[in-house]
Amino acid sequence: MGMAEAILLTIATAATPLLIAALGELVVERSGVLNLGVEGMMIMGAVGGFAAASLTGNPWIGVLVAILFGAVTSLAFAFLTLSLAANQVATGLALTILGLGLSGLIGEPFVGQAGVKLSNISIPILTDLPLLGPLLFGQDPIFYMSIALVIGVAWFLFKTRFGLTLRSIGDNHVSAHALGIPVLRYRYLAVMFGGACAGLAGGHLSLVYTPQWVENMSAGRGWIALALVVFASWRPARVLAGAYLFGAVSIGQLHAQALGVGVPSQLLTALPYIATIVVLVLISQNVRTTLINTPAMLGRAFVPER
Amino acid sequence: MTYLSPLIGLTLALIAGAIMFAVLGKPPLGALYAYFIEPVSEMWSVHELLIKAAPLILMGAGLCVCYQSNNWNIGAEGQMIMGGMAGSILPVLFPHFSGPFVLPLMLVMGVLGGMAYAAIPALLKTKFRTNEILTSLMLVYIAQLFLDWTVRGPWRNPEGMNFPETRRFDEFARIGEMIPADGRANYGFVIAIVVALLIWVLMAKTMKGFQVKVIGASPRAAKFAGFDAKKMVFFAFLLAGATAGLAGIVEVAGATGQLRPTISPGYGFTAIIVAFLGRLNPIGAIIAGLVLALTFLGGEAAQISLGVSDKVARVFQGLILFFVLACDTLILYRIRLVGSKVLQKGAA
Repeated sequence: MGMAEAILLTIATAATPLLIAALGELVVERSGVLNLGVEGMMIMGAVGGFAAASLTGNPWIGVLVAILFGAVTSLAFAFLTLSLAANQVATGLALTILGLGLSGLIGEPFVGQAGVKLSNISIPILTDLPLLGPLLFGQDPIFYMSIALVIGVAWFLFKTRFGLTLRSIGDNHVSAHALGIPVLRYRYLAVMFGGACAGLAGGHLSLVYTPQWVENMSAGRGWIALALVVFASWRPARVLAGAYLFGAVSIGQLHAQALGVGVPSQLLTALPYIATIVVLVLISQNVRTTLINTPAMLGRAFVPER
Repeated sequence: MTYLSPLIGLTLALIAGAIMFAVLGKPPLGALYAYFIEPVSEMWSVHELLIKAAPLILMGAGLCVCYQSNNWNIGAEGQMIMGGMAGSILPVLFPHFSGPFVLPLMLVMGVLGGMAYAAIPALLKTKFRTNEILTSLMLVYIAQLFLDWTVRGPWRNPEGMNFPETRRFDEFARIGEMIPADGRANYGFVIAIVVALLIWVLMAKTMKGFQVKVIGASPRAAKFAGFDAKKMVFFAFLLAGATAGLAGIVEVAGATGQLRPTISPGYGFTAIIVAFLGRLNPIGAIIAGLVLALTFLGGEAAQISLGVSDKVARVFQGLILFFVLACDTLILYRIRLVGSKVLQKGAA
């Protein structure tokens, strides 16, 4: 395997958790709900996945538990913002704070333990093909899930009736309600899907990316995923592009640190965060695209009138 | 209900906490006692409580103004770090420039540092319509890394045997202790109370405070009244940045007396909880700041006396915010139990 392939592979590994979490949040926001708790759900997925995998020795159980942890964590958010109509911004922050705390508590016995790695797939002959082989046929299973998710989410949102309904709720929940659409039920499902995705993304971190448990190991990736949704102006294909762009930035800075270029390591570590700000500024220049694609009800509570 | 709901929220958080202790295999009531009562039963630990409460009250009061005007500044942690650094310029880089005038200068520079850093998301929001939640949070990570680099690099104590910390501040650069015989608490707590009261006056008694509330409650009505929303973004961010910067220099010049790679165990994020638990009222923030300072202190105490992890503190803080937000519903809506029959009639 050559240097170029190795770098491309690591970029894909860095991009995958961002991609999955951002896709989940995209569906949530398309339904008109702003869940800022991605970081909290992601870290819960990471700790749940790691704990389950190292207790059972089976990484696949880890993946399942990661998804489950993310979804269950998101239920708390859904109950507060949907059933109790609490402020979505504040509740999302609460979810992040709670998730970071709980995951630290749950993960404490596992600190410093060697993890169970979800191994890359390997297909005879195909994986050994030069250049494209490892890239297309030799990655970890979650990578393939992430690509399937891009296609699945795009198809669901723009080609199915349920997707259309979901988007209509995000654009005007009062009209949707008047048409007899169960607004809150759709939103509950959307939020739980987002939670499951964030959990899977966390599972990728602790089972594939760095198979160990470190407190706060999500390191702001949940927030970068939130920024990616804005960057992509709520379009799945653009999320894919954005996630790989950020994957490239974070891998680029790791390589630069390894090479020991004459720049402080802290500055290089800060690059993904600086890039997020720059990208957000650039994207918000284009006011029209943003306005057209932003779900009009984003962040607003829906209380059915009776 | 306005005053009752945070209390109900706190009670529910305590019950959830008791369940958590039971799951961890500790006697729930004994654990709660060790967590919340024992730490304030001795004088020296009451002093520690005040030290921790000062930055929380300062930032919580500032964030009240931000959130009431619908400016979602969640980067107080970064603004606190930048304030702490800006305020430390004199004692770190000019240690011989010393005298009674140093401390006031440091406080002013701390305030300015926090304001300057808070101006970035405000500028991006007003000029480019960039989402302030994401930018202010990203700036926290950048500030943390910048502090880390500075303290390990250019500002490292030349006589410090390579420890990653700056030189210790001299007497003139420190905030004095209130009752040195009893404990370490310094006048930073008094500063915090005064600032919170001033912000309360601003919000309750002045035109500016009225504008904050109108812009937050109804941007359209504010527009008709001719209130400038863009100026308000700057006002809210700069005020919160000023309190965060002050919190930073109070922490550095008060409790620690030097800069270290981290100066805050997440006070800036906890301050968000302070603001909400205080129902976005600066006086409420004083009480809420004391309560949340107790969660930090109790976490340390419980670690020693019960052998539970100090992570419990974070869990408690998350639970408090969660239940307080849930109880806000009690203020905004009246709960009515509706049978399914009535529902069908209503829907038809």
